[in-house]
Amino acid sequence: MNRILATALTEFRIALRNRWVAIAIALMAVFALVLSAAGSAPTGDLGVDRLSVTVASLTSLAVYLVPLVALLMSFDAVAGEVERGTLPLMLTYPGARVEILIGKLIAHLGVLTLAVVIGYGLAAAAAFWEDPEAAAGLPALLRLTWTSVLLGATFLGAGYALSSLSRRPSGAAGLAIGLWLGAVVLYDLGLLAAVVADDGGWFTTDFFPVALLANPADAFRLFNLAASEASAAAAGVAGAATSIPLWQSALSVLLWPFAALAVATLAFRKVTP
Amino acid sequence: MTSTLKISELTKTFSGVRALDAVSLTVEPGSRVALLGHNGAGKSTMMKIILGLIPFDAGTVDVCGALPGSAAARSEVAYLPENAAFHPALTGEEQIGHFLSLRGQSPKGARALLEHVGLHDAATRRIGTYSKGMRQRVGLAQALIGKPRLLVLDEPTSGLDPVSRRDFYALLDGLAAEGASVLLSSHALTEVEARTDRIVILSKGRMVATGTLGDLRRSAALPVAMNVTARNGYTSEIAKALPGAIIVGADLRLTCAQEDKLRLLASVASLGDKVADIDVVPPSLEDIYSHFSRRDGQ
Repeated sequence: MNRILATALTEFRIALRNRWVAIAIALMAVFALVLSAAGSAPTGDLGVDRLSVTVASLTSLAVYLVPLVALLMSFDAVAGEVERGTLPLMLTYPGARVEILIGKLIAHLGVLTLAVVIGYGLAAAAAFWEDPEAAAGLPALLRLTWTSVLLGATFLGAGYALSSLSRRPSGAAGLAIGLWLGAVVLYDLGLLAAVVADDGGWFTTDFFPVALLANPADAFRLFNLAASEASAAAAGVAGAATSIPLWQSALSVLLWPFAALAVATLAFRKVTP
Repeated sequence: MTSTLKISELTKTFSGVRALDAVSLTVEPGSRVALLGHNGAGKSTMMKIILGLIPFDAGTVDVCGALPGSAAARSEVAYLPENAAFHPALTGEEQIGHFLSLRGQSPKGARALLEHVGLHDAATRRIGTYSKGMRQRVGLAQALIGKPRLLVLDEPTSGLDPVSRRDFYALLDGLAAEGASVLLSSHALTEVEARTDRIVILSKGRMVATGTLGDLRRSAALPVAMNVTARNGYTSEIAKALPGAIIVGADLRLTCAQEDKLRLLASVASLGDKVADIDVVPPSLEDIYSHFSRRDGQ
């Protein structure tokens, strides 16, 4: 346990010095504020409070931004150690390899949580400024916050796995961007195209919901929008699958971080310095 | 007392090339063993196997009674990699503090360790600003954490100036006196000469020589050179008395086998006043090292 905490402390220090803390916070804060400013035009028409609307917009933002920030922070985790030549020495110290990954995960997740809380907090403050009834949206905001952290943990784990597999920072960066494009952007486009082509057949009724749950980003969006009052306000892929029970998307959101860490550990164990 | 390190018939092949070929080595507690060889001779490979960083194909390796790389072995072994590298954003104190925590010790001991290797002034500076020699000292400081039973040091003195090198060996003497075993590698025999108990020479993955410096000197049986300076005008007369001598200006150069050395000295001495001076030049450490490491037709 002490070893994990020591690694986490050192990694947090490095993230602070490498400006990752500042970059992540600034990124989330700027995007959250821009979203709440842009979303303030159609006020009150939906019959829901201001904060619930903001949460719906933030969900769409988080599904792109949180995985991106997580992958940017994690792609260097193993490949960078290999390139700097610091990995062999690290591996001769007592402690399992999974402890190193968990230590890094705690530090990076701490940075991400800080960024998410500050970003969402600013957006919430803006919502409260405009609408005194905004307190009704607080449960949704809380849900969005902890699911964003779990989504971040999933993509941090995925980033460590890619970092271990490629063993070079440049290769790991390419893989990370590829994963982001694939999981967050192209996956949904592909599914939508298939649904349109299928026209209400087996694919749409049976395979599509499973495919959505299998993708951590989609499960995150499903869970937040289905649980939120404002799901009608932000449709898209999620709107097409309101039939999926809430517990299923919640389970996917909860299990993915562990699955990603397990894959990362397997990949890291295969690295020979 | 049991051996700290016991290697027998260790073999490792990298894509068809024998990096290590049936190497056997035992290191007793308190002994300092130097591993010598060219680049690619197998020194680093052997060290990485001992540390459990890479697997091996055949043979057995026993590190402090455990398998290499096992939790038990790792808690007893310290490593100093060739070209020790650390994260440039951390200060020396933070980096050593981290390593202390990994070994279950208080990170507060970092300053004392850095002072021990002469880095107290730079402790709060980032490692990114350190010179190579300073990074090497940070590497040395982390290797001293927690009284390891075996220190594996890969070219520990590269990048150190002669004074630091002497300090380094003094440090090793202290550790060995307390019972720690040291396995260090080097390119040059001159660097390790008097400061190690045993020398092992690797060449193309095979152990070509092992023993103390005296043992190696005897078994190499390299010729001894002599430099005889004649008094004015006696050069040619001396050359006649010493067959095989080569005249270089006023001097005469001679070489002879070890066992003929005293006889030759006696015949030079019998020339009396005609000889102004004589120097006996034993085979240099480089000569001995080349003799062993090139024996395989290099």
